[in-house]
Amino acid sequence: MLSISDIMQTVNMIDHQHLDIRTITLGISLDDCADPDINKCSRKIYDKICSRAKNLVKVGCEIEREFGIPIINKRISVTPIAQVAASCSSSDYGIIGRALDDAAKECGVNFIGGYSALVHKGFTKSDKKLIASIPETLTQTELVCSSVNVATTKAGINMDAVALMGEIIKRTSEINAIGCAKLVVFANAVEDNPFMAGAFHGAGEGECAINVGVSGPGVVWKALQEVRGEKFDIVAETIKRTAFRITRMGQVVAQAASERLGVPFGIVDLSLAPTPAKGDSVARILEEMGLEICGTHGTTAALALLNDAVKKGGVMASNHVGGLSGAFIPVSEDEGMINAVNKGALSLEKLEAMTCVCSVGLDMIAVPGDTDSDTIAAIIADEAAIGVINSKTTAVRIIPAKGKKAGDVIEFGGLLGSAPVMSVKESSSHEFISRGGRIPAPIHSLRN
Amino acid sequence: MKAIMTVTAPDRVGIIASVCTLLASMGVNILDINQTVMDGIFTMTLLVDTSTSSHKFDEIKSALTERGESEKLNIHIQRADIFNAMHRV
Repeated sequence: MLSISDIMQTVNMIDHQHLDIRTITLGISLDDCADPDINKCSRKIYDKICSRAKNLVKVGCEIEREFGIPIINKRISVTPIAQVAASCSSSDYGIIGRALDDAAKECGVNFIGGYSALVHKGFTKSDKKLIASIPETLTQTELVCSSVNVATTKAGINMDAVALMGEIIKRTSEINAIGCAKLVVFANAVEDNPFMAGAFHGAGEGECAINVGVSGPGVVWKALQEVRGEKFDIVAETIKRTAFRITRMGQVVAQAASERLGVPFGIVDLSLAPTPAKGDSVARILEEMGLEICGTHGTTAALALLNDAVKKGGVMASNHVGGLSGAFIPVSEDEGMINAVNKGALSLEKLEAMTCVCSVGLDMIAVPGDTDSDTIAAIIADEAAIGVINSKTTAVRIIPAKGKKAGDVIEFGGLLGSAPVMSVKESSSHEFISRGGRIPAPIHSLRN
Repeated sequence: MKAIMTVTAPDRVGIIASVCTLLASMGVNILDINQTVMDGIFTMTLLVDTSTSSHKFDEIKSALTERGESEKLNIHIQRADIFNAMHRV
């Protein structure tokens, strides 16, 4: 038998350091649900999701009890709806959005992702219809998440899509701020992401797949407290060892879920996903490395070390690693980040720099309600450029907080937390965004 | 199913007896036990086999939780796989 200290270490990680499985996400292909009649298409989608995912929550809860590990979310991701609905003659894609919402509620999952379009090189008619329907769909549904991929390293940046998404986010925020929390704009979106709001079941995926996202900022934070004052070599090694353990737990759970549901195992996402709970913060890990507050000089280097060490530690613990894999830095979902913004130490510009070395991008950022669509589009363009040039995923999940100005607070509740409203530049990006067209792919995309 | 149990509580007489009597009454076989007292805190880990029991895992877990609550013991029971995966390469 293992030693008492090893066993108690695991128990303490779960009991006191917020170690959990953040999500088990069942990816489902909807390719065979296409139909020219949108009502029939919606029915096929609803039926297929309900049949494939009917046991997801039950099995998730069973694993939770047997393994003694909290599984915070059970989710579903589906084929991008713009592809599934392409043969529908109707423009009212909201019907499909509502079918997704109904299916998610029937299955008892927390969220369903895939109300999505991939437009990094151009729009199909269906892409345009889907994007136009996003604001209303996110308002009329509760559990549906939407994402739009506007750039890839291979294709460059579709600036028409960037401009359009600026307007869509603005329109969504005017109807319902929480809608923006369910909408992500990506560069280099991945096909097997288990995390919301950006999960969808990509074109290269099989019929179904189980993808698991682990979490454990609290465990890493605690481990680093034990090596206070040591050199960075020790810090990196400590994070690697901790990430290995966290990921192994994800792997065991993913395998159990795959076997019990009869669905192939896809990937484990080597993530550090914070929550608003005290002691479950990525920002606090960076501060533990010796920064007075997250956002001060040195933060980007600390995050780079953390992100790299998490991957190195995790990669050997799972036989298939994928998704976004790295540390998330969502402002509203991280107690330490909120504190840093409130104290004026963490600005949008610093967050942008941090996204060069973390797993995704500007996540759950609230900006003043009067921020115009061109400014939002320009923020998306900057993030997309970072992703495209660095061959990494970047994303923007930004919430223009209606009626609020910089320094105010917007409350979302639950896992989404609350976000301090951050200031944006006042100078205009209008002419830049109005140009349209495509920013060409970078030279290093030509690797053949 | 092989499971790891942990029991922690301020040290006192009869903790092992109470936990093991309950396991025996439910037909759960104990394969290995480690026990120590750290800073006055009684800490015990057990490797048990629940397949010898006629009770379902959930029932065993509830009975242990109930016993833990009534006697102020902190008791966990989890599949052993998770510990092996996390601590062995």
